Amino acid sequence: MTEPSGQEWDEGGPERLYVITGGRSGSSAPTELDLVTLIVATSGPRPGMQPEQADIVRICHRPLSVAEISAHLGLPVSVVTVLLSDLLAEQRVTARPPVPPAQLPDIALIEAVINGLQKL
Amino acid sequence: MDFKSSERATGQQLAGPRSEDVLPETAAAAVKVVIVGGFGVGKTTLVGSVSEIRPLTTEETMTQAGVGVDDTAGVAGKSTTTVAMDFGRISINEKLVLYLFGTPGQERFWFLWRGLFEGALGAVVLVDTRRLEVSFDVLGRLEERGVPFVVAVNTFPDAPNYPLEELRGALDLPASVPIVECDARSRPSSRDVLMTLMRHLHSLAAPTEAP
Ligand SMILES: Nc1nc2c(ncn2[C@@H]2O[C@H](COP(=O)(O)OP(=O)(O)O)[C@@H](O)[C@H]2O)c(=O)[nH]1
Ligand SMILES: [Mg+2]
Repeated sequence: MTEPSGQEWDEGGPERLYVITGGRSGSSAPTELDLVTLIVATSGPRPGMQPEQADIVRICHRPLSVAEISAHLGLPVSVVTVLLSDLLAEQRVTARPPVPPAQLPDIALIEAVINGLQKL
Repeated sequence: MDFKSSERATGQQLAGPRSEDVLPETAAAAVKVVIVGGFGVGKTTLVGSVSEIRPLTTEETMTQAGVGVDDTAGVAGKSTTTVAMDFGRISINEKLVLYLFGTPGQERFWFLWRGLFEGALGAVVLVDTRRLEVSFDVLGRLEERGVPFVVAVNTFPDAPNYPLEELRGALDLPASVPIVECDARSRPSSRDVLMTLMRHLHSLAAPTEAP
């Protein structure tokens, strides 16, 4: 996403996004987060936590993908990524990265998926 | 888009996933498959047919000159477009989770592809025989990027019914790329499409043996 600059945006939305992320954009986030990185909270929400971050910590008491967090919060992935970077830095959540691209295609993985699909 | 969450009254909690939709603690890693095709071709339907959760939507904001957004619902005349990606989930086993993302195929949405195809196992190109032209851009782009894919023809009742080999010719598909028919509303049929992709990936990874 580009830096929020005012006029290019729909009314209402982006200013709020800007507030939620403290004005940072996803591109400056240091952590590599994929849409399907699984996020798990290390503990429950703390009093005084930013509401969106408290939401993330709450719904990630079990593993949940970045995409699912985005869907449940109704926030773009780029915004969720910024929120998660802070939570990761503060060790409020841990990230389980996806199978690395360099490891694909992996025969054992593909066979596991085939076996899984056969049970559908 | 509705960014109501920061205005939520205190004490009112975000619902989050339903208890039956929660992944087990053992879920260790996830993989992606992308379903790509034009509007209305049946991407969301296919994802919903095989997903263990009701399909979810993530949105991303696209800022660009207000051209060519005519078929994105309700955004005519605006320079900012919200593009939705629907996705679903299949738990493969207690450790591995498969996510399926439906994404529009038109070139102006390719900005969505950045994070999407990175690390994806492969793609299903969903085709409507009434609008084959939408598929050309997508097929070319996937080949260019080296993303393995299969083609699935979603059979709508009022669509012309061409033999698959004729469609292969029309789409200029190499003989090595599988093409199958499907009914995106049917779980077995949609499952078979994914299975076709997995067998194709298997053959690419191990050319000498079939699963
Ligand atoms: N007859 C028929 N209708 C379908 C099929 N797949 C999808 N549809 C319908 O086509 C419409 C568009 O499908 P949708 O999944 O929303 O398309 P998307 O824009 O690609 O996500 C919906 O009304 C579906 O019910 C199919 O295989 N057969
Ligand atoms: Mg759709």
